[in-house]
Amino acid sequence: MSKAQAAIVGAAETTRIGVVPDMSQLQLHADAAINALADAGIAAGKIDGLATAGEDPVLLAHYLGIKPTWIDGTAVGGCSFMMHVRHAVAAIRQGLCSTVLITHGESGKSRVPAPFFPWPPQPMSLVGQFEAPFGVVGAPTMFTIPVLRYLKTYGISLEKLAMVPVIQRQWAALNPKATFKDPITVDDVLASRMVAYPFTLLMCCPQTDGGGALIITAPERATEFSSSPVYVLGSGEASETTMISQMEDFTSSAAFRSSGAAAFKDAGISHHDVDHLMIYDAFAHLPLYGLEDLGFCGRGEAADMIAEGHTAPGGSLPVNTNGGGLSYMHSGMYGMYALQESVRQVRGIAPAQVPNAKISVAHGVGGMFSVSSTIVLGNLVP
Amino acid sequence: MDKGKRYVPTATPETKHFWDGTRQGRLVLQQCRQCEHTYFPPRPFCCKCGSRDVAPRECSGRARLYSYVISHRAAPGFEAPYSIAVVELEEGPRLMTNIINVPQTPEALVLDMPLRVTFKELSNEITLPLFEPQGEAS
Repeated sequence: MSKAQAAIVGAAETTRIGVVPDMSQLQLHADAAINALADAGIAAGKIDGLATAGEDPVLLAHYLGIKPTWIDGTAVGGCSFMMHVRHAVAAIRQGLCSTVLITHGESGKSRVPAPFFPWPPQPMSLVGQFEAPFGVVGAPTMFTIPVLRYLKTYGISLEKLAMVPVIQRQWAALNPKATFKDPITVDDVLASRMVAYPFTLLMCCPQTDGGGALIITAPERATEFSSSPVYVLGSGEASETTMISQMEDFTSSAAFRSSGAAAFKDAGISHHDVDHLMIYDAFAHLPLYGLEDLGFCGRGEAADMIAEGHTAPGGSLPVNTNGGGLSYMHSGMYGMYALQESVRQVRGIAPAQVPNAKISVAHGVGGMFSVSSTIVLGNLVP
Repeated sequence: MDKGKRYVPTATPETKHFWDGTRQGRLVLQQCRQCEHTYFPPRPFCCKCGSRDVAPRECSGRARLYSYVISHRAAPGFEAPYSIAVVELEEGPRLMTNIINVPQTPEALVLDMPLRVTFKELSNEITLPLFEPQGEAS
């Protein structure tokens, strides 16, 4: 295993998640930041690096009373926060800053204001010229397009696909903060309202309000903070295309494969070292692509792996233990919540705690299979 | 037709030849003269070898249905449910489109079914390439 690259010394979500109409997007960022600062036991003045997506980092710095000397506004969708962790590690190692705050906040449900989503796109953009004219209306009609090719290639039924939300609901039932906790069956999933065939409503994430924040510093400084530290062991990032129609292989994400392999190599771990896994799941097919593209099973094997209960409570590889984007919450850019659950698991404080979880992988996606980032976290100093 | 105005794209200097082509009922991609790679979307250089020595290539219009969804969401100018598809052209590249002149059902829309291009005028400048089953009247 590689040496610890950085320590997460503060981690928190907003005081409430789900439906929070009394907080603006900006305040959701701030609320999460204040909670993370309290977790770390430091004042805002100690922060000298700031990274965020979906909000102007300069505006946010001033709002929080922070004077950063390092700023990262990487905003490539839901995995931006994984990239912020990766970029923060590099910045701290390079000496550009010492204590980085990463924030997320989104009023996806209450829309105070609505999350920024550039739709319709500019008519001169490539998406505007070659995708938007065909009636795509956001993620449910774009992110979903590859799946019929995947299902045909591997001979996988819609019933198997429907097992993804069924199993994740089993995890959500163990999490008091989850948006949806009632058990569901394959029949429930398939009988729910059709959104974009073959995707029914229960195969799509909800839209909720919330936020989260992380504080990152050098590993040797971890003991200066009041929280139990979580170490960044490795990371990866990769991009493919913003046009779903131009994704090279509809049965596998090139960005997932590249980012995942880079993170495992960087951390010096193999798959059997991983105790807990988060795979960004805005839609039901993402855990299938994620499990395969990260190498936890062979191509076309993920649906069986999930249906047989290997990722479910009590399974050998617990996945999306907060209930995932499908059942826990999804504000729009879910990556921060996957990171928060990975931190909770390796701290040993998750609502659905995996016994003795030492290493967790949080794998994110941005756009529609456009871009990816993967973070490996652990609770021991290697 | 659903309420609202249908989305109409705008050509750029790099894509004008494509939209000029569809307006004339032709599907014009580009091919590299150096490495022979045929590609889409348009750009004045080869995305495989980097050469600027590229030329228009008119396609046969024959394709197969690669993947799709049937959207049940309202979109301006569309009557749900409607297919949003990606087709693979005989020449290799894939593009997004709608499959028309066929029921918008999973039973009628079968992956790998042979398709051919047809054109729909949106404005004086923009004509969209759509696809229909081969053998159907256009």
